[in-house]
Amino acid sequence: MVTIFGIPSAALFGQLLIGLINGSFYALLSLGLAVIFGMLNIINFAHGAQYMLGAVAAFLLLQWTGLGYWTALIVAPLVVGAFGIIIERTLLQWLYKLDHLYGLLLTFGLALIVEGIARNFLGSAGLPYTLPDSLRGGQNLGFMFLPNYRAWVIVASLAVCIATWLVIERTRLGAYLRAATENPTLVRAFGINVPLMITLTYGFGVALAAFAGVMAAPIYNVSPQMGSELIIVVFAVVVIGGMGSILGAIVTGFGLGIVEGLTKVFFPEASNTVIFVVMAIVLLVRPAGLFGRRA
Amino acid sequence: MDTTPSLAVTGSRQPSALRRNGDMIFFAIMIVGLIVAPFFTYPLFLMQAMCFALFACAFNLLIGYVGLLSFGHALYFGWASYVCAYAAKGWGLTPELAILLGTLTAAVLGLVAGSLAIRRQGIYFAMITLALAQMMYFVALRAKFTGGEDGIQAVPRGYLFGLIDLRNTTAMYIVVLVIFLAGFFLIYRIIHSPFGEVLKAIRENEPRAISLGYRTERYKLIAFVLSASLAGLAGSTKAITLQIASLTDVNWPMSGEVVLMTLVGGLGTIFGPVVGAFVILFMQFKLSVVGEWVLVIQGVIFVTCVLLFRRGIVGEIAALFKR
Repeated sequence: MVTIFGIPSAALFGQLLIGLINGSFYALLSLGLAVIFGMLNIINFAHGAQYMLGAVAAFLLLQWTGLGYWTALIVAPLVVGAFGIIIERTLLQWLYKLDHLYGLLLTFGLALIVEGIARNFLGSAGLPYTLPDSLRGGQNLGFMFLPNYRAWVIVASLAVCIATWLVIERTRLGAYLRAATENPTLVRAFGINVPLMITLTYGFGVALAAFAGVMAAPIYNVSPQMGSELIIVVFAVVVIGGMGSILGAIVTGFGLGIVEGLTKVFFPEASNTVIFVVMAIVLLVRPAGLFGRRA
Repeated sequence: MDTTPSLAVTGSRQPSALRRNGDMIFFAIMIVGLIVAPFFTYPLFLMQAMCFALFACAFNLLIGYVGLLSFGHALYFGWASYVCAYAAKGWGLTPELAILLGTLTAAVLGLVAGSLAIRRQGIYFAMITLALAQMMYFVALRAKFTGGEDGIQAVPRGYLFGLIDLRNTTAMYIVVLVIFLAGFFLIYRIIHSPFGEVLKAIRENEPRAISLGYRTERYKLIAFVLSASLAGLAGSTKAITLQIASLTDVNWPMSGEVVLMTLVGGLGTIFGPVVGAFVILFMQFKLSVVGEWVLVIQGVIFVTCVLLFRRGIVGEIAALFKR
């Protein structure tokens, strides 16, 4: 058997793959958090709950209507995104003039509501979501076995991340968005509907979380607490990367996923805590975060 | 720089003699109330509520008077409660020593976490404290001495100073009452000391405080350690009183709960956290029949408070009297 640093290479690559998968979700979620924070100045604590809603929506679509994975991948983000837009219009829009921390508190409350309702109707135990037939099986790469679905998750989330980055950095709409992040009043004076942009940005960020949720459904079980466990890790990722840069959020997300995967191989006891340790080290060395411009 | 209104909506002005007298009257009412209350309701509920009230007061010292939102205060509460419980059960220490050890643990943890967290401001501060608390949750989950999912159960209340048997409810009640009042009064003194005035200056305008020559980082760190220690004192007392330390105390919903108590009672008010703790605990006590819906109700209270009721119960009442 081939070994690297005394570890069987199959185990090493297997954990690296799991790391990349986790990293995909970190990247998607921290990207959404960063985009929302840029426009709304709100840290969306409900992001984890909305990710969970995406998974639950996929599960319910399959249970009630028999609509499969591919439909869910489109429908769930749209539905949950629309739910986000309603939240922004009815609740969040009253907070923009207040201290940022109120946004955190309100979205924390929303997360509790959503998770509580989900627990009441689904129970705390995880519900399995069956994979679509087209994504079953896998490839033997010679040094490891690569399940098709895992490959798909990595490719799809990379594609979505890069597309988002391109839209924000390279298109006219993205230019408006960046301008409105810097100075909303001035952008409004140029006749651009900034409140509408804010609403749609929140909707998009929430849809991104739901998209991640649908992709996560077949890998992890669908459970009400899947989001709250993840969101705190994503917060650490965001602290490490800094929210100033979209590309930074993506790179940090994938990078930390890999770090976590490697820790599982070499020092499994620390795999739950390694990201927080990295955060502490980054705070000591570079308080503004790896990609942050200033504190 | 940030010109948005600060979190503590009631922002106390120069403490006038009248205001001080008012505080003293409420302080007296609270003491009398807590002495009389065990004759009318369950002493165990009251003791638990006092522990949480002290916890909320400690949290309020940071959010209300320095403007720092710590979203990980369960770390100090929970870890102090574990160490205290282990010291009392595993090492057979007397309760006062066990509580002291728990409080010291919280102070050390507060020093480490605080010195990391104050390197960033505002929203990042909240996320860092939450992340560090979650890290220590995983440590507690894995560590041998915490008993994992079971926690440390059947913690002996022991003999205070080796003399007074705390299995006696009256004795236990008096001990908790004294600890609560001492902690509460200490916080009151901190807030109204020159040190406290500097903290408020940092809350209102940190760059200005820096330009006046204050080393705001140090002030923030000291306030953080004080808050963590008092949260630890509350957690340790809770471990002895309820005779249990468990993962619930150290997990993130507990951090959220203390935020909720303080928010409901009134951020930056002296009596708000006490009122909030009693209200929330009473609610949980009455609503224990509805199971998971408690989470939903708590969420609804959060949303309502933030949107309509930012001053909290005590803040709203104070605003009524000011008119």
